[in-house]
Amino acid sequence: MYSLFPPEFFKLTIPLPGYLILSAILFTIGVATFLFRRNVITVFMAIELMLNAVNLTFVTFSNHFGKVDGQIFSFFVMVVAAAEAAVGLAIILMVFRNRSTLQIDDFDTLKN
Amino acid sequence: MDLVLFLTFALIAVACAINMSLQRHPVSSALSLIGVMVSLAVLYVLLGAEFIAAAQLVVYSGAIMVLFVFVIMLLNTGAEKMSKKAGTAHFLGFPLLVILLAVASWVITNATSAMKPVKFGAFTGGGPREVGWELFTRYLLPFEVTSILILIAIAGAYRLANKEMD
Repeated sequence: MYSLFPPEFFKLTIPLPGYLILSAILFTIGVATFLFRRNVITVFMAIELMLNAVNLTFVTFSNHFGKVDGQIFSFFVMVVAAAEAAVGLAIILMVFRNRSTLQIDDFDTLKN
Repeated sequence: MDLVLFLTFALIAVACAINMSLQRHPVSSALSLIGVMVSLAVLYVLLGAEFIAAAQLVVYSGAIMVLFVFVIMLLNTGAEKMSKKAGTAHFLGFPLLVILLAVASWVITNATSAMKPVKFGAFTGGGPREVGWELFTRYLLPFEVTSILILIAIAGAYRLANKEMD
């Protein structure tokens, strides 16, 4: 069967830093979104992206050490993220009801 | 084949994340974030974490993103406006982020490049049976504490979203 790639290509394994650097890239994009965006819902989604990036690191090391503990940790991170999303979005609804805006520049009551 | 799948879904994840960061409307950002989460679920399967991959699809791209989309639909504010107040973040943000990524990549490469590569099928301890066994024996106390946390979150969300309060 003719193949575009040599057969060794399909036996290649993924080096461990590949996953970890992917996680670092996703985390950095999350931080960038958190810093540069001005919509409070998008900022909240950036936090979820950062949590996802950390989960990928947990699962990668769980694979490397052959133990399931990292996956348990990432499961707990998911559960806490769900609780955090529920409470945070309720707070956003509350703030929008009082202020009628989602721009985080306008939420400066606690400043100074 | 592992490498092809990894590269494909890693590229999809990074592209969706960048798209999430660049879109002006929250709904577009939410859809891109769902793309990131689904491709991360595929990577979890490649890492031998089947239960976590299923939980990622159900909890994250199911429940949490539905919550986000509901809130976006309720508020319906349209695309975000550019603001003039974001001074220092724009000047210092990009160089600091590049430094963060460079240092993280350097440390990761130095510390872990000698470790054995990830091979699909080498680790088989990530099914629901193994995860559940650990969760209900060694991690029983954190599990119960988490249930109390969720209870508090439900009560708090109900209290905050209640209409009669002001």
